[in-house]
Amino acid sequence: MELLSGGDILIRALHDAGIKHLWGYPGGAALHIYDAIFRQDKVNHILVRHEQAAVHAADAYARVTGEVGAVLVTSGPGATNAITGIATAYMDSIPLVVISGQVTQDKIGDDAFQETDMIGVSRPIVKHSYLVKRQEDIAETIAKAFYVASTGRPGPVVVDIPKDVTDPNVKVAYKFPEKVKIRSYQPTTKGHSGQIKRAVKQLLAAKKPMIYAGGGVIMANASEQLRELARLLNYPVTNTLMGLGSYPGSDRQFLGMLGMHGTFESNTAMHHADVILAVGARFDDRVTNTPSKFCPNATIIHIDIDPTSISKTVMADIPIVGSCEVVLADMIEQIKESGKKPDSEALAAWWEQIEEWRSRHGLYTAPRHGPSGGDIIKPQDVIKMLHKVTEGKAYVTSDVGQHQMFAAQYYLFDNPRQWVNSGGLGTMGFGLPAAMGAKMAFPQSDVACVTGEGSIQMCIQELSSLTQHQLPVKIINLNNQALGMVKQWQDMQYGSRYSHILYEDSLPDFVKLAEAYGHVGMKVKRYEDLEAAMRECFAMKDRTVFMDIYVDPSEHVYPMHVAPNGSMRDLWLSKTERT
Amino acid sequence: MKRIISILLENEPGALSRVVGLFSQRGYNIDTLTVAPTEDKTLSRLTLTTHGDDKIIEQITKQLNKLIDVVKVMDLTEGPHIERELMLLKVKAGGAQRAEVKRCVDIFRGQIVDVSPSGYTVQVTGNSEKLDAFIASLPEGDIVEVVRSGVSGLSRGEKSLRL
Repeated sequence: MELLSGGDILIRALHDAGIKHLWGYPGGAALHIYDAIFRQDKVNHILVRHEQAAVHAADAYARVTGEVGAVLVTSGPGATNAITGIATAYMDSIPLVVISGQVTQDKIGDDAFQETDMIGVSRPIVKHSYLVKRQEDIAETIAKAFYVASTGRPGPVVVDIPKDVTDPNVKVAYKFPEKVKIRSYQPTTKGHSGQIKRAVKQLLAAKKPMIYAGGGVIMANASEQLRELARLLNYPVTNTLMGLGSYPGSDRQFLGMLGMHGTFESNTAMHHADVILAVGARFDDRVTNTPSKFCPNATIIHIDIDPTSISKTVMADIPIVGSCEVVLADMIEQIKESGKKPDSEALAAWWEQIEEWRSRHGLYTAPRHGPSGGDIIKPQDVIKMLHKVTEGKAYVTSDVGQHQMFAAQYYLFDNPRQWVNSGGLGTMGFGLPAAMGAKMAFPQSDVACVTGEGSIQMCIQELSSLTQHQLPVKIINLNNQALGMVKQWQDMQYGSRYSHILYEDSLPDFVKLAEAYGHVGMKVKRYEDLEAAMRECFAMKDRTVFMDIYVDPSEHVYPMHVAPNGSMRDLWLSKTERT
Repeated sequence: MKRIISILLENEPGALSRVVGLFSQRGYNIDTLTVAPTEDKTLSRLTLTTHGDDKIIEQITKQLNKLIDVVKVMDLTEGPHIERELMLLKVKAGGAQRAEVKRCVDIFRGQIVDVSPSGYTVQVTGNSEKLDAFIASLPEGDIVEVVRSGVSGLSRGEKSLRL
């Protein structure tokens, strides 16, 4: 049997686990590993400029491909810099393996140089973590880490490796386990058949049904089953922020996103529904508004792979633990076998009601914003233009704030894994490294990072990584010269007292900044120039382009839930109008 | 309502911190906690008491089950069970009090395990309420030191928590 050092074993094991790209940043405790990377060509290491970006890029790579993302950082500050990225992946259930170097075992606990208790620091934001103590355990631990990260409800796994374990002078036999078995971890995929039967019966008896689908549908690759079920029954569908793309955004049965900035029609329909099929969604507080007022008349069927998501905030009447893909397929089969159809008369009346809501205040039928023209560019119109220019086919990443909500509302995602955003943690700085990860996965596709002048500055150093690794992405900067979402809340709840959301004259010239990194910069201040500029931007296939677009700084995101104590249907529709 | 939760845990470094961390992270309470390896050296058995309504207890057991190092979880209070706690207590016992304290120890079927001229060290076992009652039976101000093990328990009859 071949004898290898710990560093070589680690890289070989990553390769055997299917890793093509490893995002990282070197440092003292990881140097043996970096030396092992130097002497091989199977795993492609991508040097970033900050460890947070390495995690976000690997995370986005995982989101768009469905594979596990991999990260390598050093101990101490390298590890702690990765924390925001790990927390982001944890909140959105993204499969990642994050390898951190650690000081040698004889120094652990001594407050050694660049020592941080990574296992302890990361514990609340990982699915699991391992400290590897022997060379012999590296391959098996990596196999386990990938297994845990990618099965059940996916999530990030940290593997902390002390430097002595990767010592090039200590060599042991390499063996990558073919199968992993963990006696304390056996995730359920198949739903309980009795529960599925009950659910189907309830679903077919519905008079005002709603299908509420979340990110779990995308993670489980269940979009096809979701579409088939929805079309089979002709039931309306809404998506969470994380679920966008699981059902086609441009489809007639799609009512738009639900929740705090969801559409009037989907929030109102949810409120009045009598049966709700929740699939891979977790009744997040940004969806439910006040939980006690959530959908007062509805029987709730809840499919989720994670039992802790069920009845956590809203009680489920029919809980089904299992993979969305498997459970939806079973439901479709049972419906087809039964030969039963929903009550067509009730359903027609329900659709009629929904169409009335849609025509009254629909996001796409009755615009929530004024027109663009001259030096007024409405941010919503930028997203619509982006959709037009990219023909709805781009991978869109975003940061966090108003621009994120506008992108979610107006870029009608027709396919799963097309929309990449930090939904749970709400991490500013996610967008640019995420675009880098998506572009690495799909070099032939357009990747647009929809961002704002606030968020983009949180990971802007990655403009340099884009140059080095020739990853041309398009940055759509909705520049409203303020932290727009905070400003909106200060407008609505704090009497427009703008506390620390303005930069005075300190904003950089983004065009020059982009050029300094070797990219193309464009400034757009007039609406009439927008389409041509954007077409020019996307025509430059092999260049990263930074489009600095000056949008109307007074614009708010609507609809918006009335809070606190509102129900789902309690919405602000504009600055002056509410339901 | 008080609940006694029994957990079979992988006997791995850091496993206990994951359980304890879960409680602080999610705002649940741990009232008592006891843990030691079992007859199978790869497994630890942890018993903790907590309180909360049914919804919270359901979340606690689900969240515990979700931890990768947790092999099995059982809420002992769901069925008939035996619970025991051990207490060691140092109490002043001089002069006339000496006989009175001794009587109390006998009533609670405790044992005097150490003696000094000024007092006794007493061992009492039983459920938590019994230990509380013993403390209450002693004259106020006479207790020097108390240490309690926290609750351990098993379900009655055939039911068991094992691999």
